Formats: sequence, structure tokens, C-alpha cells
Amino acid sequence: MKVIINGEPREVSARTVFALLEELGLPPGRIVVEQNAAIVRRDAYQDAPVREGDILELVRIVGGG
Amino acid sequence: MDSGFSPEEGLRYSRQLILEKVGWPGQERLRAGRVLVVGAGGLGSAALFYLAAAGVGHLGLVDGDAVELSNLQRQILHRLADLGRRKVDSAREALTRLNPHCRVETFDLRLTAENVPGVVRGFDVVLDAGDNFPTRVALAEGCWREGKILVSAAVQDFSGHLMVIDPGRGTPCYRCLLPEPPPPDPGGPPLGILGAVAGVMGCLQAVETIKLLLGLPSDLATRLLAYDGLRSRFQVMDRLKTPECPLCGASGGNRQP
Repeated sequence: MKVIINGEPREVSARTVFALLEELGLPPGRIVVEQNAAIVRRDAYQDAPVREGDILELVRIVGGG
Repeated sequence: MDSGFSPEEGLRYSRQLILEKVGWPGQERLRAGRVLVVGAGGLGSAALFYLAAAGVGHLGLVDGDAVELSNLQRQILHRLADLGRRKVDSAREALTRLNPHCRVETFDLRLTAENVPGVVRGFDVVLDAGDNFPTRVALAEGCWREGKILVSAAVQDFSGHLMVIDPGRGTPCYRCLLPEPPPPDPGGPPLGILGAVAGVMGCLQAVETIKLLLGLPSDLATRLLAYDGLRSRFQVMDRLKTPECPLCGASGGNRQP
């Protein structure tokens, strides 16, 4: 299904936020997820559904300087 | 002209003095400001230069490293002639050359959970410009407990993020965003960082810090600003307070009154 991730159209198969992060190879503990302009709570990643047309912003918390 | 400023300072700061939100009262606030910057690296170099240029009266600087050749790609406070020198010495010299009106206090040490309270105590605002998670966590926890406002930025590759953490206002804390910090450096190759990206984020830290000193409100106290240099995008998103946060949550035992 088609979603928009960080402004770019993407084709993904994951049906939950957690599965999406796994599909993209991103560590869930370090990713802030905004879905259709609302922040997704970390403890909801497992259950939060990803739907066709969702607009997602994924920000990785980094530590460099 | 306000008392206590020389004609030289009036000219030096003239382009910000004409700003409605600065003026002489704002310049006084900047001069009275006490700002601690943790890390004289890529982020800290940019932030410190602009804080000194703006006339922040007292700058504290924490770094326990010496200048290496691989630093110069992004750590613009230091020069080729500074190789091998303590970073705090090299940085203090660069900042004093730029603006001798700033007092620069140096801490040639690595921050730990034990020494954070003593270092941050004398400052109004603290900038997290470090280069590793253990230092960031120790600083964020210490600042939260001491009630110090923290302006935290970090970078990797072409990306960076920035937030303001204000314990006095009970904003979300650093641990709300990072409940399980990654383990200390596993010893792999160093992370890549484009120098100019560290400069972007360090400059943004300076802007937010100057706003705090001027008493201007910041959206970033409850939000996270993310910069993606590859896609040329800025994103601002809400931060959530985690009820079970180990630092500021109901069971954390470290809540600010």
C-alpha cells in the first residue's frame, strides 16, 4: 500500500507502526513517529494501524555532535 | 545609550539593538546571561561563536578532549595551529578574540552523573552539544533535577534535531523521548557527520538560547524540531510526556515541584 514517509511516496506492506519500522530497518526505541499530524505513543507502536495514504514523519533520535 | 555599555559595544551590537525584541533592555539581559555549553565540537562551535558574538556575558564551556585533525571538518572554533591543545583553551581563545566582552569559564572534564550538578549550578541555560548518549543522559538528568533549562541538539549523517527542556514548566524531558538510551559506544567506526549540518543545528541552539535569555517564548519547549539535510526539510512535531518516564514520570521520583 502507498504511504508518504518524510515527504516521499513509499510502497510498504507493514500494517502496524511497529511492523513498518521493522520493514524499514529502524530501531523502534529510537524513532519518534508522527502519523497524520498526531504523535504516536511509543507503547502504541505494536497496535497502531498503518493505512493506505497515511502521512508519516519518522525522526531518529541521534547522539552525535 | 544604556549605562554600562561602551560606544564600541553600541556599534558592535547595533544590528540587533535595532530589533524591537532586543534593544538595550534585551542587550542587558544577554550580558547578564550565564550559559553553559557542553561540548566544544561541531554543535558547540557554531553555538558558542554566535552566543559570544551576540554579547552573552558569561559563557561556560565543558570539554575534556584535545583538538585532533579529524575535528577540523566541523569544529570551527579550532584551527590547524591548535592541534593537540585542550579544546577548552583553543575555544576560549577563539571566543575572546571575537568578543572580549564575554567572560569564558572552562571545565576541562568529562561530564558524569556525579559532577553534573556542581558544573551546571551557576548557569541559567545549558546547551547539550555533546557527542555521545551517556553524556547526554547524565546531563539531561542532572539538569532536570537541578531545574536547569536544557537546549538539546544532536546530529548524525545529514540530519539533526533540537528541543528545549524546561523542568520549571514541566515539559517532556529527554528520557520521555528516549526511554531506553542505546548502550555506550560499542567501539565500531565513528559516526559520519556533515560539518555544515552540525553548524545548522548549533546555530539553531544559539537562536533558542538567545530567545530564552530575552524572555521570548519557544515552541520547542513542547516540540521537537528535526532537520533533514538530504531532503532539505524541517519538521516540527509534538513531544509527549511519558507517564511512566524514569526521570519525570509519576513513578520517577524526580519530578520538579
